[in-house]
Amino acid sequence: MSRATLYQIGVVAGFVLLLEALCLGGVIDKITMPPPHRIAIDFVKLMRSGKLYPEIGKSLANVLLAFVLAYVVGIATGTVLHGFKTVRETLDPLFATYYAVPIFAFYPLFILIFGLGDGPQLLIGFLLGVVAVIVTILNGLDRVPRVLRKTALIGRMGPFETATHVTLPFCAPYLLTAAKLALAYAFIGVIGSEFIMARNGMGYEIGFAYTNFDNATMYPLIVLILLLSIILNGILTHWEKRLLARRGQQ
Amino acid sequence: MPAAHVALHGVTKRFPASAGGQAVHALGPIDLGIRQGEFFAVVGPSGCGKSTLLEIIAGLVPATEGRIEFEGRPVEADVPDGIGVVFQEDACFPWLSVRDNVAFGLRKAALGREEKYRRVNEAIAMMGLGEFAGTFPAQLSGGMRQRVCIARTLVTKPRLLLLDEPFGALDQQTRLLMGDEVLRLWREIGATVFLITHALDEAAMLADRIAVMSARPGTVIDVVETQWPRERDSRIVERENFGAVTSRLWKTLREESMKTMGRTAISP
Repeated sequence: MSRATLYQIGVVAGFVLLLEALCLGGVIDKITMPPPHRIAIDFVKLMRSGKLYPEIGKSLANVLLAFVLAYVVGIATGTVLHGFKTVRETLDPLFATYYAVPIFAFYPLFILIFGLGDGPQLLIGFLLGVVAVIVTILNGLDRVPRVLRKTALIGRMGPFETATHVTLPFCAPYLLTAAKLALAYAFIGVIGSEFIMARNGMGYEIGFAYTNFDNATMYPLIVLILLLSIILNGILTHWEKRLLARRGQQ
Repeated sequence: MPAAHVALHGVTKRFPASAGGQAVHALGPIDLGIRQGEFFAVVGPSGCGKSTLLEIIAGLVPATEGRIEFEGRPVEADVPDGIGVVFQEDACFPWLSVRDNVAFGLRKAALGREEKYRRVNEAIAMMGLGEFAGTFPAQLSGGMRQRVCIARTLVTKPRLLLLDEPFGALDQQTRLLMGDEVLRLWREIGATVFLITHALDEAAMLADRIAVMSARPGTVIDVVETQWPRERDSRIVERENFGAVTSRLWKTLREESMKTMGRTAISP
């Protein structure tokens, strides 16, 4: 284990210990937040009971779907856009200002169109992620050395084959960055939407537990979301590091 | 006299004006015939269109005017079958091992799996990369990466090998050794070789004939026959008349290079 990893673990452990001390010492009252050891016990209890598995499963399925949609559509759009300079230049201002648009503000409209089902949540998760994927892919494709494209031409490869066998593999580190972004936005979009426009799912359950002072449900669910995000991101980061190391970039 | 393996008739290249700029007459007209199995080099001042000429012959860039023929057939929109190119820049695919990089050259080849495997191994061995077959390019030196690119080209058994300053990024010793490698390969595969270089000694050492190009727009102003024996290596530089070849090249090129420098000096 590297020294940096040890420091990182130390910082997290230190923060948890500090919270524990503040909670046990009464600086943070029990209604606001139970001590971390209590949250851990509640987490195990909740997972063992399995009572929220349908909610967890539903949210994760939607996160996965929003992620896959944003990722696939983003990569395809970015790859095609890269070949059409004028279209890209036309859309560049939209990409540059996209994240200034509060997508969540459109949720009444989405509910009107799609109803209170999973549609609006998926759409928000997708819309939040797709442009990040497009921008990241375009950035990666801009960095493909011209000589690799010439090599593809020498090999008499068409545009699709060049994309699948030369340019996108070259952009693999960017593809992983895009995956991390799409995943993060899918979590934010789907779980966030469930707070305000759903009747089930983890976001809804957290909101429901909050209004009912049910800390034994709320905090374990928050911890679960945190753990899932960290683990999935950690896996992608690990792959990214291996890929970069293989290319001598780390 | 047999028909040229590669023939250029009035080949000219003009680049249209880009935003705020002027149209550029980069090259030509060039008339040239390269014989089958010949080692032909082109030298010229920076910016004279040497690489553009190579790209036109390869079918990567269309000529504005004129005609190119390879084995009697016109080179038009696409890269013709039988042409291999090695570029100056590192063209290794960083995500593939040495073996997979070399095998990449055979992606489109209508060969059985075993034959592909045999050819890849042969090319790897020929370039002395046997013990690095499973290695990734990032773990290799610049010279070795260039050998991977040469192996990837050789595996296709090209009949015309185009080399665009392939040793430009290498140190002098490595360049000499790579020159020996290229001469050996040229004899082994029997291909016609077209080399672009800015190094006069490299051209003089490797080529049977050397075309000297003028400053932009590049035209051929001299063709020098070296008359070296086919069996040769870098020790050819020790020959008495080696100096005479490089002197003649430099004499022709000096004025053209000065024109380029003068042009550069007054350019904004």
